[in-house]
Order: sequence, then structure tokens, then C-alpha cells
Amino acid sequence: MSTFIQTLIVGLRLGSIYALIALGYTMVYGIIRLINFAHGDFIMVGGYTMIFTIPLILAAGLPAWLSVIFAIAVCALVGMGTELIAYRPVRKKGTGMTALITAIAMSLFLENLAQAIPAIGPNPKVASQIFSAGGISIAGVTMEWATVLTIVVGAAVMVVLYQFTQRTRIGRAMRCVSEDKEAATLMGINVNRTIVLTFAIGSGLSAIAALMYMAQYPKVYTTMGTLLGLKAFVAAVLGGIGIIPGAMPGGLVIGLVESFTTSYVSSSMADTFVFLILIVVLILKPAGILGKNVGEKV
Amino acid sequence: MKRSTTAKGYLLNTVVLAVAFIAFLALQNVMGKSGGFKLILAPCLWQCCYLIVLAASLNLVLGFLGQLSLGHCGFMAIGAYTAALLSLACERAGLYDDKSSPVFILILFGCILLAGILAALVGLLVGIPALRLKGDYLAIITLGFGMIIVNIINNLPFCGQDGLAQGSASASLYKNGLGFGTSSKVTFLWFALLVTLICLTMMFMFIRSKYGRAIKAIRDDEIAASASGINTSFYKVFTFAYSAFFAGVAGALYACANATLSTSSFAFANGGILNSTFVVVMVVLGGMGSLTGSGAAAVIMFFVNYQIKNGTWVALLPAAVQSIFAYPMLVYAIILIIVIMFRPKGIFGTYEFSLINLSRDIKLHHTRKAGEKAERKGVETHA
Amino acid sequence: MPETKTPVLETRKLGITFGGLKAVQDFNIQIYQGELMGLIGPNGAGKTTVFNMLTGVYVPTEGTVILNGVPLNGRKTHQFVEAGVARTFQNIRLFKEMSVIDNVKAAFTKDVKYNMLDATFRTPNFWKAEREMTKKALELLTIFHLEDKAELLSANLPYGQQRKLEIARALATNMKVLLLDEPAAGMNPTETAELLECINTIRDRFGIAILLIEHDMSLVMNVCERILVIDYGQTIAAGLPEEIAQNPKVIAAYLGE
Repeated sequence: MSTFIQTLIVGLRLGSIYALIALGYTMVYGIIRLINFAHGDFIMVGGYTMIFTIPLILAAGLPAWLSVIFAIAVCALVGMGTELIAYRPVRKKGTGMTALITAIAMSLFLENLAQAIPAIGPNPKVASQIFSAGGISIAGVTMEWATVLTIVVGAAVMVVLYQFTQRTRIGRAMRCVSEDKEAATLMGINVNRTIVLTFAIGSGLSAIAALMYMAQYPKVYTTMGTLLGLKAFVAAVLGGIGIIPGAMPGGLVIGLVESFTTSYVSSSMADTFVFLILIVVLILKPAGILGKNVGEKV
Repeated sequence: MKRSTTAKGYLLNTVVLAVAFIAFLALQNVMGKSGGFKLILAPCLWQCCYLIVLAASLNLVLGFLGQLSLGHCGFMAIGAYTAALLSLACERAGLYDDKSSPVFILILFGCILLAGILAALVGLLVGIPALRLKGDYLAIITLGFGMIIVNIINNLPFCGQDGLAQGSASASLYKNGLGFGTSSKVTFLWFALLVTLICLTMMFMFIRSKYGRAIKAIRDDEIAASASGINTSFYKVFTFAYSAFFAGVAGALYACANATLSTSSFAFANGGILNSTFVVVMVVLGGMGSLTGSGAAAVIMFFVNYQIKNGTWVALLPAAVQSIFAYPMLVYAIILIIVIMFRPKGIFGTYEFSLINLSRDIKLHHTRKAGEKAERKGVETHA
Repeated sequence: MPETKTPVLETRKLGITFGGLKAVQDFNIQIYQGELMGLIGPNGAGKTTVFNMLTGVYVPTEGTVILNGVPLNGRKTHQFVEAGVARTFQNIRLFKEMSVIDNVKAAFTKDVKYNMLDATFRTPNFWKAEREMTKKALELLTIFHLEDKAELLSANLPYGQQRKLEIARALATNMKVLLLDEPAAGMNPTETAELLECINTIRDRFGIAILLIEHDMSLVMNVCERILVIDYGQTIAAGLPEEIAQNPKVIAAYLGE
């Protein structure tokens, strides 16, 4: 029984991290209909930023997790930079195919640049503990504070984000742009600025995801973003890509599937299972759990 | 002046190729004994051969059908391991004594063919989801397939260590029935060149036929293609399978050139040349929709890769820049970004080299460039 | 004039519902061989939706499409084309990266009789089939005065010629019924007159039935033998052009009450 609870907790923990990452994916996809392959690598950027800033924060006598502020700033900058330098020019004169290839190229560029810079370098770095040890006990199994926080933060961020897109002007602008770019322009919305803002927010979110990830898996390495990003993408698709409330259920399902597969089948099959979910979803209901099917107008 | 695509052109090509081939064999006979040729040029030519076939095969799906397939490494791996293990089985069964017997050539041919066929069958499987998925989603699924295929091979016991009955999983394959040594690489170079030529010709014939037209139509507008009576499902799956066939053949050629096979060489984006991304870079660089481009880009990228790995001038660079070259993937990513942003058509766009039309094409190119220049001048004076 | 008793293309109670919206209801049409029929109605009436159902792009939620007595429901688009229904699109859908003649040749794909072996080894069968196809393609292009533009990139054609190319491509499918979706859209009077001439030539030469969606009333009234009017997915009138022009319901639908 305790294995089950343990697996469940791990699943929820992983799931919330995936949900946080998926939120960023889904926001960006919703607005420019492009899978930002580099999104997973923004997490890596956030992780390394914190590796370097945590010692400074600690030296100033502040709690370690405040370094996430730096991470959010850096990630947002990197995200906006990617959109301005790489995606926008290609979107203007390219096709969907070239945009996709650009996204892949950016992802590889970020990963390998990080590897090539000696200060960051190819070897993993370990962060010091971010949140205090210990946690709550459930049926004899300890649920660490970090896990609790991850789940809570994940849910909170999602709620805030959802309210943001529903209630605020900027949020509504984002939704308009994702529905119909031209109509949005006609309504006086600055589409380009809205897109950049979306990237900023989405990438900032990946910094928070990095924080929660590091709190439980303190090892940071340059290729950590790839698999994380890929699985979070599956989560986003599962929940309904472009739909913010979908990121949470999607993420949790993927996290649980991965956790239970690792526990009860084998760890090497976990990734395969996650991918199989993607294949099944895309073939059966590509719009995802919360999505609606919109065909192409002929 | 109409562009000639008739049998006359084919005749010219065949004659020129035959002459070139014979010339090459003669040259190799003379040069083949030299160390430089054996140690450097021959392996390089082998590598160029399978890179060319690889790039051209992906171009079928990426450039002509218009689908981004990121799982090409999977097909290569299937081809490589199939060829290696089949030939190993033949060797262990005593079907041939040594590599110089004519039986071996038959076996070699058979192994490569079967490698391609097996890869094609798997390509069929991958093509089926392609029927329902577009663009981004298809890219991710093919990426996943590539990963899964290589993962499966890694877990097969007969694909590791000593292979077949003596094998064990999750290990590199050390016993390769092919894996030519330096002298064999020279003796069988003609085979590699011949296979490359055959593959390129087959792909060219495919493109310049109703099949090529059908898939280009699907690429340009799938709904209109359907409305023109084209069975899009059939052509999509067929193209995936056909492309996978040649990727398998390329993998088999790789197995010929490498004594040890390791699943870590086949990935989405490792630092080597057998990863799906490297192939994408080649296709984009050469031009999506030009087999000529794929061939040219393969040679260029081979050269780039060679210089990165072995270039003596790298040691002369400042340390900071040198670290970039320690990560070839970084260089490839930069190349990809530059090409996509500044010349998305690649080097050749959709142009196909044609001997018989060469002078006409060159003339047209110059006239067009001059026209564009004059236009720009005109616009500037009027503006 | 309708001469044969069995219609070439017929629908019975054809309809489609999207979500809760009945886009098209109870659509009944009979088109006879050699007939030129018009489908008109205000914007959003459901005309293109009908076309989409007649070509397998949409699957109707009710009713049947029958071609030469054979019900076609549930088939895929290319099977509709193989059966003998071809169409053009409201927003031109050409194969932009292909040449003019290749656009037409692409539509011959289903009828070209050679396989991969022929193609790979360039057998005489291959050459013969390709030669015939080129000949037929050029013939079609000549009807529309596009034969001298055969090698040009289709995207570089002027708008009016692009529309004609689309029709030529549809003709290449050797269909029995041709559905034209607003072929005169965006054309000036000269081009429209030319198009009219082409349509008549096609009808006389190939003996096919043509169903036309059009907003240009002069084209419709001049060239169509019978007209069917729909509004909000429902048929409000059907008959000869003179009758339709005076039908109060039609006038109300177009001008509003």
C-alpha cells in the first residue's frame, strides 16, 4: 500500500511540474500555433540561473527560493529574445514548416550553447536544498514540503493565469490574437506586442517550473530540458493544446502514468508509454481532453 | 527554349556516368595503394556516400511530400543493424570464406536490400499516423518513433556484444559481418558508389513521375490534391516507406564502413552525424525539393563535420571559439538557423541538375539575376 | 435541356448539422447529363457546404448523394472524384509550387496506368503513358488559352488565369459532373464573358453536367438552364431562370424584407 501512495505522490509531484511547463507551451501554441521546441530549454536556462544566483541570495541572508525572481527575469528575456530574433522574422516570410524547423534549431542552439560555455559546461551541477526538509505524513509515507508546494504552486499559477486571460485586457488580447490575428489587429490590438508578452509570461512560467523541479531533483544539466519539454508537450496536447485549464489535468495524467510505469513496469518503458499516450490522443482526439475539434475551412 | 526532359537527356547522363565511373576505377587502381587514399580518402568517400543517400531519402518526405519527419535515425538504425547481423549470420553459417569471393558480393547486396526492405516496412508503420496528423504533431510523433525504435533495438539481446545467439542487450555490437577494414574499404568503394548512384537514380525516377507529382500536389494543398482524385493516404504512406527504404540502405552502408555499431550513435540530436537533426540540416541546406541539393549539402556537411573533428586549423583558434567546435551540434544548429532565416530555399531551392540542360540553365540564371538587378535599380531610381 | 430520365447526380434529403446548427436541410437536386445548373443564394446560405457534401469533404448527417444511381455516402474525397464528381474552390486552391501543366497532370494521376516498376525502369509503358498525359494536358490548357504558359509556375499566373487553370485541372479528372464554386469571383466583365464561353465549350465538348455556384447574376441568368435557390440551408425556389428572377421569396432573400 505504501508503494502505491509513494508512487501516487511522485506522480502528483511530477505531474505538477509537467503542468507548469505545459502551461507555457499551451500559451505560446495558442497564440502563434507553433510548438516552441525551445520551451524545455528555457527551463534549463532558469535552472542554471538559479544555480548561479542561489549562493548570492543565501549570502544576502535571504531564503534560497527567492532566486526564482532572477530566473524569471532571465527566462522571460530569453523567451522574448527567441521570439524577436528567430520566430517573428521566419513567421513573416516563412511557412509553417520553416517556423517549426526554426524552433527545433533554437532548441538545439540553446542546449549546445550551454554545453559549450565553459562556466556552464557539459557536466551537471547540483543545487543546494531550496526548501526545508521534512513534510507531511500520509499513511506512513512522507510527502515532502517541496512536493506539497509544487502541487499548490502549480494549481495556483494555473488559476491566476486563467483569471488573467479571462479578466484582464491583456489577457483578453491574448485570447483574441490566438483566435484570429487579423481580426485582432482590426480591433486595435498590437499583435506583435501581445505575442512577445505571451512569450515573456510563458517563459517566466518555465522558471517557476525550474524552481519546483530543482527543489526535488537538484541536479541540473544542459539537456534536462529536452525530455522534460517533450513530456510536458504531451501533457499540453492531452489537456488540449492552447487551453490553459487543460494543462493541469494533462500534466497530472502524464506524471501519474510515468510514475506508475516506473514503479510497476520498468523505468525504461516510462518514456515509451508517455509517447504512446501522445500517439493515441493525436489519433483519437487530437483536440485533447478539454478541446474542441475545429476542422479546416474549405 | 524548352527544358529537355527526354530520353536524350537520360542517354547523355548514362554515358557521362559510365565514363566517370570507369575513370574513377582506373584512378583508384593507380592511387589505391597509397596510404593517403586508403586511410583518408576512401573512408571519406564511404561516409559521403551514405550521407548523400540519407539526405536524399529524407528530402522525399520533407521536401517533396512536405512533412517534417524527425525519426529518420530510427530507419538508419534498422538498416545498419539488419545488414550487420544478417551478414554476421551468413559468416557464422559459413556461407562464404572471405570477403573476396563472389558469393560475398551477392551476400552484401542481399543484406543491403533486406536492410532497406525492413526499414521500409517500419516506415509503413510510421507513415500511418502521418495520415491523420499534420505539421507540428507529426514532427513530434516521428521524433518519438525514432526514439522508440532505437530504444527497442537497444533492448534486443541479439543486437549487442557478439551479436545473434552470442549477443546481449544494451551493449554495442562488436561483431559486424560487414565492417570493412581499411583495405576492404578501398576494394569495395566501387560498391558504395554504385549503390549510391542506384539509390539516387531510383529516387529521381520516383520524383519525375506521377508519384512525384502526386506528392508535390499533396504538399502544396492536400485538400485540392484529394479533390483532383489523388489518393492522399496511399501516396503519403508509400512515400514514408520508400524514404525509409533508402534510409535503411544508407544505414547498411554505414554498417559496411564501421566495425562497431552502437545505438547511441542514432538519436534525435547527438553530436554525431547519424542523428535525425543532422539529416534535416542537410536537406534544408541543400534545398527542400531538390535531390541535387541534398547530394551537394551532404558533401558540404560531411566536409564541415570532418573539419570540426579533424581540422588542424581548429587548434589555432582562440580557446573560447574552440569550445564551440567541441560541440558540433552547436555548429549545425547555427547553420540551420542561418539557412532558415536568410535563405529558406536552401542552396538549390527546387532546382535539379541536368547535364543536357546545363548551358541553358546557366544562361537563364544569369539573365534572371541581371533582370532582378535591373529591376532593383529601376525601383531605386523611381522611388 | 434534361434529356435522360435518370439524373447523373442526385441528392435525396441531403443535410448536415454542425453542433446544434442545421447548416443544410432537406436538399434535393437532380442534375441531368449535359445540363448547366445554377445554385444561388445569399452569403452563408450553405452553398459551399452543399458542394463539400457532394464531394466527400463533409460527411452529411442525413440524406444521400447518388451518382449514376450509385450512392456515394461515406466515401473519401478522392473516391468521389474517381466516381465522377470534380470541383473547383471558392478561394483558388492551386498547387502553387508546381508548373501550370503539372497542376493539370497531377489531376490525371488516378487515370495514369503505370506502376512503380514502370517508373523506376522507365519502361516503354511509362513513356507512352506520360506522352499521352502531356498531350491531354496540353489539350485542356489550349481550351483555356493557357498552353503557352504551360511551364510557368502556377503561382505566377494572373488571377483570372489561375481560376481557369483550376477548372482545367478539374476537367482532367474526367468527371461526369463538374461543380464550379464561384468561378467568376473577382473577374471583370471581359474575363467573365470569356469564362462563359469556356464553360459552354466545355459542356458541348465533354457532354458533362455542370453545377455552378455564382453571385454574378448575369452569368447565372445567361448560362444556367435551371436554378436552385437556397437560404439558411433550405431550398426556397427551383426552376427556370425567368421564374426565379420573379420569385418573391428569392427577391426577399437577396434584398431583405
